Amino acid sequence: MQTEAKQAAPAEAPTLASRDELWEARYHRVGFVVLFAILAAAPAAVYPVFLMKALCFALFACAFNLLIGYGGLLSFGHAMFLGMAGYLSAHATKVWGLTPELAILTGTATATALGLVSGIIAIRRQGIYFAMITLALAQMVYFFCLQAPFTGGEDGIQTGPRGKLFGLIPLSEPMAMYYTVLVIFAAGFFLIHRIVHSPFGQVLKAIRDNEPRAVSLGYRAERYKLAAFIMSAALSGLAGATKAIVFQQASLTDVHWGMSGEVVLMTLVGGLGTVFGPVVGAFVLVAMESYLAELGAWVTITQGAIFVLCVLLFRRGIVGELEAWLRRRRNR
Amino acid sequence: MGISVPALMGQLLIGLINGSFYALLSLGLAVIFGLLNIINFTHGAQYMLGAFVAYFLLQKAGLGYWWALLLVPLVLAVFGVLIERLMLKHLYKLDHLYGLLLTFGLALIVEGVFTNQFGSAGLPYSMPEKLTGGYNLGFMFLPTYRAWVIVASLAICLGTWFVIERTKLGSYLRAATENPPLVQAFGVNVPRMITLTYGFGVALAGLAGVFAAPIYQVSPQMGSSLIIVVFAVVVIGGMGSIMGSIVTGFALGIIEGLTKYFYPEASSTVIFVIMAIVLMVRPQGLFGQR
Amino acid sequence: MRFKLKHLAAAAALAFAAGTAQAQISGNLVKIGVLSDMSSLYADIGGPGSLSAAKMAVEDFEKAHHPKFKIEVVGGDHLNKPDVGSQIARKWYDEEGVDVIVDTPNSGVALAVSQITKEKNKAFIGSGPGSSDLTGTKCSPNTIHWVYDTWMLANGTGTALVKHGGTSWFFITADYAFGHALERDTANAVKKAGGQVLGDVKVPLNTQDFSSFLLQAQASKAKIIGLANAGGDTINSIKQASEFGIVKGGQNLAGLLVFISDIHGIGLEKAQGLILTANFYWDMNDKTRAWSKRWSALNNNKMPTMVQAGVYTSVLEYLAAVSAIDSDDGGKVIAQMKKKPFVDPLFGKSYVREDGRNVHDAYLFQVKTPAESKGPYDYYKLLATIPAEEAFRPLKDGGCPLVK
Repeated sequence: MQTEAKQAAPAEAPTLASRDELWEARYHRVGFVVLFAILAAAPAAVYPVFLMKALCFALFACAFNLLIGYGGLLSFGHAMFLGMAGYLSAHATKVWGLTPELAILTGTATATALGLVSGIIAIRRQGIYFAMITLALAQMVYFFCLQAPFTGGEDGIQTGPRGKLFGLIPLSEPMAMYYTVLVIFAAGFFLIHRIVHSPFGQVLKAIRDNEPRAVSLGYRAERYKLAAFIMSAALSGLAGATKAIVFQQASLTDVHWGMSGEVVLMTLVGGLGTVFGPVVGAFVLVAMESYLAELGAWVTITQGAIFVLCVLLFRRGIVGELEAWLRRRRNR
Repeated sequence: MGISVPALMGQLLIGLINGSFYALLSLGLAVIFGLLNIINFTHGAQYMLGAFVAYFLLQKAGLGYWWALLLVPLVLAVFGVLIERLMLKHLYKLDHLYGLLLTFGLALIVEGVFTNQFGSAGLPYSMPEKLTGGYNLGFMFLPTYRAWVIVASLAICLGTWFVIERTKLGSYLRAATENPPLVQAFGVNVPRMITLTYGFGVALAGLAGVFAAPIYQVSPQMGSSLIIVVFAVVVIGGMGSIMGSIVTGFALGIIEGLTKYFYPEASSTVIFVIMAIVLMVRPQGLFGQR
Repeated sequence: MRFKLKHLAAAAALAFAAGTAQAQISGNLVKIGVLSDMSSLYADIGGPGSLSAAKMAVEDFEKAHHPKFKIEVVGGDHLNKPDVGSQIARKWYDEEGVDVIVDTPNSGVALAVSQITKEKNKAFIGSGPGSSDLTGTKCSPNTIHWVYDTWMLANGTGTALVKHGGTSWFFITADYAFGHALERDTANAVKKAGGQVLGDVKVPLNTQDFSSFLLQAQASKAKIIGLANAGGDTINSIKQASEFGIVKGGQNLAGLLVFISDIHGIGLEKAQGLILTANFYWDMNDKTRAWSKRWSALNNNKMPTMVQAGVYTSVLEYLAAVSAIDSDDGGKVIAQMKKKPFVDPLFGKSYVREDGRNVHDAYLFQVKTPAESKGPYDYYKLLATIPAEEAFRPLKDGGCPLVK
């Protein structure tokens, strides 16, 4: 999928290009500082549970964005990673009695394994066929979760009070839980940032932009795409496993195809292929859901309306538009 | 559970009936994707709209089933034309996936609005007089209405296929979507054909809704349960092929029927397993080209 | 001496003041949260109708008792998702000072809410959910299960039907925990009453087409086809059963979880003859009629389900208990509600057991034929009354840790 991102930088003198990169790096650094300053201070003003939910979804959206924004692959089945990881994490807590960090690891490992298996199946195709395969696989996972006894089916898994991180820090304390989630989010976020700006990430972007050319240069496109897919799955799993610990439950909602649609929406609204876009998109959507919660069906209607508006008028998303504006200002 | 032949025959017949319904429902989607390369996620919502319009025709205007069969597709076609003119046409230059996202968003809106208004228990729509009752076939009781569905669906499916694949109009359509500028140079109004084609596909969705109204509950969620299955049918059949969707629709109904007999818990999953296998082995679908 | 007495008096006065201060209601405000499915599967069973019922209860309580505390009602939509429901519950308890949550159709959500309620020592009175685990293995001192549960439904319909001649059964079961539980409990009740289970078929949730399963049910020749499902699945099975001539062919359908809103959605033509168990019907007696007509005027001329009626009376009883002990401490109010039996204005003689189960009579109804019905919502005729003592699972069988 072609992104509408950097069309600006002309391919002339190398100095211009590296100035572009310097600017990008500075913009990102400022962005990081602002973002994490706000997030660190936020619980003083905003309900922490809302923030934790938004952070988990932000990580999910970032993981999704890795695949679509930088890998060019639209997956319509990402919910399976979020949800399965959540189930395993909750199960590990409830039945195996693991401490939270081990439960989260269990969940993430599950998602990674699932990512490997589904990736091998799906990666051979592209575009709409890829999306459809991921959808089919996710549906199978959904039906599995519906039937398997350990998931509790429609009831989901309720795990009881949160445990102690590393056996020491009680996570029933809202602040302890919040900062744990923030650290996990930060770790995932920076990991993605590193991946994208590494040589691996460059090759991935090259494959996204022009696969035949990348292949002709000797890169095994399938391997890179599969690796990106697995990473995306693993980080989605991390988000799901953490969410299960925060909310002390895992449920079918997280493996339903609607959830796959939501993460697409979050990333689209925030800005596909941008660094901060998915985070912004996640916060916006979680806030909207929270605000409209009293009004029921309006959540669906509003989500639908946002989808339509974004696709028609607002394709770059919030952060995408912001970045484009900043670039225009800079180039004046 | 031993295999009793009468019971099996009954299940196969029911499978055939369901298959004909899947075929009818997938037809519109296949037309829209086959000719326009648009993935119409709104299809489920349009199907639901068809059933609701039929309901309102009966409630408010006293127009029964037979009128609905005629009027509902027209109403839905207008709706489809509006969507295409106002929104879809802006997306043709972009990646297909934007079309999918737009129609996905539209589906959410339509379903949300209707759920808001009508709750979810759904509304009753009575069976038309002439189609009540049934035939005792010995191995099962076949309701007349279900027999009607098989016949009508076959007729509509084959009729549509014929028009698109074998008539001059159909050939213009197919040419127009393969090479719009060239066909336009010949003086054919391509944008209008595209609009009408989309409208036609939507009309088919609505028509399927009318067929569903007497037997399935007319409820705002009726589309979202089926949309994923319909997609699977179209994908398996071959996303460019109309005959592919028709054949797959019928075949799927039969396979599902057999699964319901031997291993009912898996009857919802079997289609996705097949879809995944087909996509791995032959991604253009059973009948598709490319 | 006088010096000492004065001191003693002062100390006593202080102690008294401190004691009463602890028993006060936080902020002198009692906030009731109606957590329901406002927009999808169960919206007609609970939903805005429950919110309406809660507001009626508050109005009636204020008029009758003039309490010195203020009362507020808020509504929330859990969208049938346990995560959404538990987040709303958490937010309500943590940030908005909600003291009690009521309604909550959907057992998954209810179980999650029950747990959070216990953690935060608030109160949860569920009229909507079905799972008998709420008063069984997952019971809580902060939760009361107010109207019905799966055991009651299973037992009521199963036992009563066998006694009425429905001695052979075939189940069409929604293939998830709730459906399995419903089938299992009903099958047990049927066998205990001397009937037999000829077979079953497990159907994926949200199936549109039941023809193949109904065919299997027909082939079994069971006298009763038990529908162990709910919501849209039940509606679809009933509609299609009528199409395939099942009732005309001599078999009877038993809806194990059916509400009057479902019958209204299916229409009498297709639903006639269906047998079901419920704890409330608007047309049972003068009290229920009077209240239902009031509710109906506020709710688009529909008639209330037992869930909505339950929200009304649970709020009334809750407020009475708060008033009696002058406190909104969750555990204490729930304990107060268990203290003695009461006469529920809509459900009759009731009492709340140690495990949190509210016990009252249950009724076996049959859906009227179109000829028998005199108007909209005139849908049920009473077949039998199941006395409170027999209607619910015996206290010792639940596995609730609160029961010694």
